[in-house]
Amino acid sequence: MLGSGIINGLIVTAKNFAGSYYDPKRMVTQQYPEEPAKIPENYRNFPFLVTENATDPMGTLRCVACQICEKECPPQCIIIEKSKDKKPDATGKMQLYPAVFGIDTSVCMSCQICVEVCPFDAIKMDQVFEIAATNRFEGLFLDREKLAKPNSYYHQIHPTEAAEVDARLTAEREAAAEKAKAAAAAKAAAAEVTRGSRPVSPSSTGQETSATPAPNPASAAAPAPSPMAKPLDEPRRSSPSEDGPTTSNS
Amino acid sequence: MSATPGTEPFLERAPLELRDWFVRLLPEPLQWLTHHLITIVAILAVFGLFFAFTTVAERKLLARVQNRLGPNRSGLPKFSILPWHLKHKLFGLTQPFADAIKALTKEDIVPAEADKFLHFLAPVIVVAFSLMTFAVLPFGRHLIPVELDSALLYFFAAGSATELAIFMAGWSSRNKYSLLSAMRALAQLISYELPLILSVVPVILVTGTLSTQAIVLAQGSWTFGFLPHWFVFTPWGFAGFLIFLVSALAESNRSPFDLPEAESELIAGHLTEYSGFKYALFFMAEYFGLTALSGLGVTIFLGGWQAPCEFLQFIPSYLWFMMKLVLMIVFFIWLRGTLLRLRIDQLTRLSWKFLVPLALINLVNGGFWALTADCSGPLQIARIAVSFSVIVIPFFVMGRSLSTGFAPRTYRYAP
Repeated sequence: MLGSGIINGLIVTAKNFAGSYYDPKRMVTQQYPEEPAKIPENYRNFPFLVTENATDPMGTLRCVACQICEKECPPQCIIIEKSKDKKPDATGKMQLYPAVFGIDTSVCMSCQICVEVCPFDAIKMDQVFEIAATNRFEGLFLDREKLAKPNSYYHQIHPTEAAEVDARLTAEREAAAEKAKAAAAAKAAAAEVTRGSRPVSPSSTGQETSATPAPNPASAAAPAPSPMAKPLDEPRRSSPSEDGPTTSNS
Repeated sequence: MSATPGTEPFLERAPLELRDWFVRLLPEPLQWLTHHLITIVAILAVFGLFFAFTTVAERKLLARVQNRLGPNRSGLPKFSILPWHLKHKLFGLTQPFADAIKALTKEDIVPAEADKFLHFLAPVIVVAFSLMTFAVLPFGRHLIPVELDSALLYFFAAGSATELAIFMAGWSSRNKYSLLSAMRALAQLISYELPLILSVVPVILVTGTLSTQAIVLAQGSWTFGFLPHWFVFTPWGFAGFLIFLVSALAESNRSPFDLPEAESELIAGHLTEYSGFKYALFFMAEYFGLTALSGLGVTIFLGGWQAPCEFLQFIPSYLWFMMKLVLMIVFFIWLRGTLLRLRIDQLTRLSWKFLVPLALINLVNGGFWALTADCSGPLQIARIAVSFSVIVIPFFVMGRSLSTGFAPRTYRYAP
């Protein structure tokens, strides 16, 4: 009948109209500034530095200033200066730490390469998107105080990934501790055996004690292949200072 | 104004009392002028605000139909003295005022080669004529700005004059697309002027008057106290009302007949060279035209200001009129959210091949109803049956012939 299509259409729109008031599945609008935006777990942009302890963020940075991320960063937005001294890290070993760690978010393209190359799980992708600033230089340059965020925050934004990283880190630390213990026991046994033949020189014992804890917990027991700490590909390891345009011309 | 029995409730007479009280404050020579100025200002204020809130209602209803929220951000300005301006967004109800300020502050661009006088005159005329149609609508038992004996003729004369302004706009822009669109718009408006007027003629036949107030009074009785004698509940009245609805949609350039200004296909039709407040005036005129035509539809088919039941008469008549008007507008918005735009050939075909013949048959039907006015008892039932079949059989026959060759589309590859 002529007009029946119009009536059917009117019924459809009336259903949509009424449904929009009681069916939350129909209304997908997020009232963003008032209600926080719902971000999926896998959303990630702009790296941050993981600290073990929220109360002392600068003292418990996982970063040991190895500068791999600085070298790998395609737009070169990371700047790191190594410290002159060493500080104990979360496991109590003496480590270098970044005296300066900065990311220029106006340059950063959120490619996640720094996260993938970091052997220490020290840098991870964040979920911030409200990063508007009034100054494009200072406002968008994040120093290490702004970058450092506790591990609990990491658990909050990427729960699955953070649990996986934590499990791996504890396993590696335990393995490293056991290995160190075994090595110390072997050393002690060897010293016991050789004690009678020749006296132990004080310099050699000093070398041994400093050499045992030197490899960091991750790299010491690092054979386990993990998606987070992939082996670096060789051609990209050349430092930018060697083949950069400024030095090659001279 | 009509007779004023003193037994009526105060609210019914309140607007008139207020006006008379104000007029009596002034000296004798000014009273006549003030009396009419107040009427004009009241229409401008009431229907100006009505227009403003129609736009926001339209945006919100359409949004809900499309499962969106619609405008809900605009609240009170920061410098508002009200203490709750920071917290409350007022559901976006102040949106039209923000829109008005935006339209007022936009640059008014007039093409260099345009006929500047006509280009300026067109929006003024279109608003003026669409406002003039409000003069003969009876908004309440005593609220009718001008009580003309030939009110319907006046209404359609003033309403048709807006077509002149549309062509003026297209011509004065000196833009060939504007001109072409104006001609298309004119073709549409003239096509639908005919069924619009023909759908009203049966009412004139039955009531024997052109006065809108008399037409409303003719619908003012009830069977058993709750079945109103509105013309929409008669077979010829119902058909006339449907034809009137379709034609009113087309006359006021509303979807699905918004071809003259098809914003997604044409730039803006005859409004291409208009910007800023002049564009807003055309927009305003469109809504005024829609409101006036809805008001006319309420007046001649839906009983005007009459209450639907006898015991509901304690509610003032102007409120009944406004309620029916709002319902009509909401129905038009609902239609806009439902229907797709027609093509120009479909549009003219619908008018000339379907609506005009149907309206002519309905005219005969109305004549039959007027001739058999003194039937009673079983004859009354036979009268209704004859009147019903006279209009429904042609509807089916013509509808069938109109839709031959248009089978439902079959999708061969899609599920």
